Amino acid sequence: MTTPTLDLDIEGPAAPPRSNGELVFAEPWEGRAFGLTMALVHGGTISYGAFRAALIERIAAWEADPPPGEEFRYYRCWLQALEQVTAGAGLVSARDVEERSAAFAHRPAGHDHRHDSAG
Amino acid sequence: MTDLRQTADPTLSPALRVEALESLLLERGLVDSATVETFIRTYETAVGPMNGAKVVAKAWSDPEYRQWLLEDGTAAIASLGFKGPQGEHMVVLENSPTVHNVVVCTLCSCYPWPVLGLPPSWYKDPAYRSRVVKEPRAVLAEWGTELGPDVELRVYDSSSEVRYLVLPERPPGTESMSEEELAALVTRDAMVGVRKVAAP
Repeated sequence: MTTPTLDLDIEGPAAPPRSNGELVFAEPWEGRAFGLTMALVHGGTISYGAFRAALIERIAAWEADPPPGEEFRYYRCWLQALEQVTAGAGLVSARDVEERSAAFAHRPAGHDHRHDSAG
Repeated sequence: MTDLRQTADPTLSPALRVEALESLLLERGLVDSATVETFIRTYETAVGPMNGAKVVAKAWSDPEYRQWLLEDGTAAIASLGFKGPQGEHMVVLENSPTVHNVVVCTLCSCYPWPVLGLPPSWYKDPAYRSRVVKEPRAVLAEWGTELGPDVELRVYDSSSEVRYLVLPERPPGTESMSEEELAALVTRDAMVGVRKVAAP
């Protein structure tokens, strides 16, 4: 199987098709979260039923107590559900994700150089 | 020296969290990138409302197919090559001059992926999900869909295994149109039931 590139051109002629005027994924990370979930389900590592139950739970939690001024972001709930299920199945712990995210946040390419310039 | 514990806050961007999760799953051999990317590309490019539009156009053109579609939606839809996740138990709801159907998922976002692709944001929005059950006529009116008082409005909740596709009414003035031409008239919104198919 060839690996398609995900170097998506959002504005130009190679823009991904829109579904009646709307991008299927508003941001690339939403697509990654979706693709990861489906790959795990496809491989039998998690069940879609368990994922859906977690998604329902996360959406209900947001709706029960919406943070003031925050718009509903469906794929944030999706990602939380995916993290909940992968952690619950003992695949990847929340701490692992936190630490890896934090490490990625400090990569040189994405690093804010304030500390360097401050000496 | 940066202390990771100080910066590992839950507000870290979701893009970073997804990247972190993916890198961990890859390292542990639980997913492979090609499969992940195939799913993304498939739902971005190959699966969408154009599939459902073909089903509807065929049902409008072929009475036998229409009957099969209403009796066994899953098989009739699969016969056109549209199957896969979230399309395993399809039920087709026929709109008529006296009955109008509209679909929602009150708990999350269940939606018939093989025929409509992934759901639009309004379908996932808390406002649509709660209001279309409580005041469906008002919601449809906001979509420009005014139903007479004699029209029965049925709201279907995709909360079980079943996924619904609305078969809209064929608009007048389309009698001589081919299936392809008809398919071009059919919109996603009409197949969810918030709108009707407009006459050409």
